[in-house]
Amino acid sequence: MNITATPALPLGDDALILSHRLGEWAGHAPVLEEEVALANIALDLLGQARILLSLAGDEDELAYLREERQFRNLQLVEQPNGDFAHTIARQLYFSTYQELLFNHLAATDSELAPLAGKAVKEVAYHRDHAHQWTLRLGDGTDESRTRMQRAVDALWRYTGELFEPVEGLETVPWAALHDSWAARITSTLEQATLTVPEGPRHGAWTAGAGRQGLHTEPFGRMLAEMQHLHRSHPGATW
Amino acid sequence: MTTPRPAETPAAAADTAPRPGDWPLWEVFVRSRRGLSHTHAGSLHAPDAEMALRSARDLYTRRSEGVSLWVVPSAQITASSPDEKDAFFEPAGDKPYRHPTFYEIPDGVHHL
Repeated sequence: MNITATPALPLGDDALILSHRLGEWAGHAPVLEEEVALANIALDLLGQARILLSLAGDEDELAYLREERQFRNLQLVEQPNGDFAHTIARQLYFSTYQELLFNHLAATDSELAPLAGKAVKEVAYHRDHAHQWTLRLGDGTDESRTRMQRAVDALWRYTGELFEPVEGLETVPWAALHDSWAARITSTLEQATLTVPEGPRHGAWTAGAGRQGLHTEPFGRMLAEMQHLHRSHPGATW
Repeated sequence: MTTPRPAETPAAAADTAPRPGDWPLWEVFVRSRRGLSHTHAGSLHAPDAEMALRSARDLYTRRSEGVSLWVVPSAQITASSPDEKDAFFEPAGDKPYRHPTFYEIPDGVHHL
């Protein structure tokens, strides 16, 4: 498999893996309208993944024939869906990051600028969706508030990795992006009457590991399901 | 469908107040990019107007640019009664003097 060394690979992996996770919600979302919203976001991300992975090689080969250790996605996006609050917290953390990063890339002359310019509108919508739900769940019932707080706490330790410099994107002002990210997340969580988690954002085994191909345990099972058909019928066309 | 939300009609809402998890029905009106007016596109359930707008965008516009969306709680719409159709709509039919059709429409007047 030919893989071009390009930052499109890690960013494409983020979009691909999160898209797959959101696809798992199909038929299981709390209400029909939310079902459509999650599917919409999943499709946006899959579209981004296809363009990005095509810059790195053959999109199907990259998606279906790589081993776990060859994936460069953030550990955040591979985390299981959990309950709805868990999914929303993951979306909030990731889409805020993605919006800031794509906004920056769109203004540069990198090969990713055209994609980033197109995707940033989608991503702004994703962030708004997660923001709205965070407010509703956080400032909803006691039960929804407890669950939303549990979710933002549980995923907090995967957020340190978001601002580890990506190979090939050394010119991105990661520290500045991080500060903007933290300000936005803090504002949303406070509006939602939630507490900003205080725990470490680099667990002993999570610091930037996804980008190096080290993944958490649930990821392997997800890949097995995602790649099963392609591996059972190698070379088939559809 | 059960609407009025308690906040809007505090006094009368006691018996029709939505139960927790009971999302009221909204009607969606869409004006397409080149459209002249909002057209009823369908309905959906949402907890409030903001969510109704976002769902309407996903369900009825496919997020095309430059469209306008209205969402209205279904309970806010008063409809004419089918039983009164004749009395309501018929009188004008056989009274051509009621129709403004005897005028020349000047050039340049569109959408009349």
